[in-house]
Amino acid sequence: MSGKPKLYYFNGRGRMESIRWLLAAAGVEFEECFLETKDDLTKLQKDGSLLFQQVPMVEIDGMKMVQTRAISNYIAAKYNLYGKDLKERALIDMYVEAVMDLNELLMTHPLQPADKKEQHFATLVDKATNRYFPAYEKVLKDHGQNFLVGNQFSRADVQLHETLLMAEEYKPDILAKFPLLQSFKARISNIPTIKKFLQPGSQRKPPLQEKDVPKVMKIFH
Amino acid sequence: MAGKPKLHYTNGRGKMESIRWLLAAAGVEFEEEFIETKEDLEKLRNDGSLLFQQVPMVEMDGMKMVQTRAILSYIAAKYNLYGKDLKERAWIDMYVEGTTDLMGMIMHLPFQPADVKEKNLALIIERATTRYFPVYEKALKDHGHDYLVGNKLSWADIHLLEAILMAEECKPDILSAFPLLQAFKGRTSNIPTIKKFLQPGSQRKPPTDEKSIAVVRKIFNI
Repeated sequence: MSGKPKLYYFNGRGRMESIRWLLAAAGVEFEECFLETKDDLTKLQKDGSLLFQQVPMVEIDGMKMVQTRAISNYIAAKYNLYGKDLKERALIDMYVEAVMDLNELLMTHPLQPADKKEQHFATLVDKATNRYFPAYEKVLKDHGQNFLVGNQFSRADVQLHETLLMAEEYKPDILAKFPLLQSFKARISNIPTIKKFLQPGSQRKPPLQEKDVPKVMKIFH
Repeated sequence: MAGKPKLHYTNGRGKMESIRWLLAAAGVEFEEEFIETKEDLEKLRNDGSLLFQQVPMVEMDGMKMVQTRAILSYIAAKYNLYGKDLKERAWIDMYVEGTTDLMGMIMHLPFQPADVKEKNLALIIERATTRYFPVYEKALKDHGHDYLVGNKLSWADIHLLEAILMAEECKPDILSAFPLLQAFKGRTSNIPTIKKFLQPGSQRKPPTDEKSIAVVRKIFNI
């Protein structure tokens, strides 16, 4: 028994990627068990490993944790990435929840039917540049600090950073109007654990390719 | 200044209802300001009150809090409904995420076109009775306690009761295969703060009707 957290998911980003980021940022080594076929998922469901029959699932500290947010909350709190008190936690939660909303748009884009894709892309860009990015740009501007909350590195920074990179994959100049987010992105990228995760060969997963969409749909549907 | 939390939302359940439940269960009095028109929402947006231009928004402890889960987590922690340590918190989070998923399905039902409504109602009932309720029934069976986590009332219990009542509105006998959940429902409904919230005249909102669907569609452009 290694003692390392063990992640159960398909070999791709999806809902597990934020968890990979958080563990990596915290400097926690982890193992992965990839679901390749529907049978792999069914097997996990049948042996009672999945509380609600769903992945992500992470074996950590004697628990088989499910539900992305529950897992992320636990990791953040355990590794001191969740602020120093209730109010900092509240701010972190607010920022993280909105990032997750944007992430959801980004993550589901490759899965859109062909006739809906263009509209979905437009919505994604509109929300990113008119709703979400301005809010975070203002937060950084108002306090002038390096991190979003409490002048200290937290999960809010990790998750925003992840989403900024993902958004740029869709539209490379998407941060053009957000100078503070650009420098935030560079700063966070340089944090040693994050820098390591950004290197080739890390457990970070590549974007979902068109050709892999059918395989993913098959496992989960 | 009242010092009471102030809730900004439409006069209906939606995403604010779980927040009303939690505050009520914690015995916290709150005020509500209802968004009735698109202009009401625009006003809130224009005066910078909504961090991401969205409601729910709750004014509390000097903050204008947004994002349902952020608000719920804050209230749960503040009023000692979030377990005693990290592991209890983890279980509460897992259970709450399950009931959130189930209630999310039920919440969206009135807004769906007629042709998919019946199918989705069937899916809700299937998920409730084969995916979600068995988990909570088993949790109660395994430890034999009155509450889901740590032998103490928590957010998970309040959220589960809310979900059970919502599911029963879809299918009155939906708990027929779950004796422990039936007992749980009876017990938890009798907790004084919750009992009060279940009385007519409380701030609990009724199920979404045609009229409120039209209002919501107009305000939020959906």
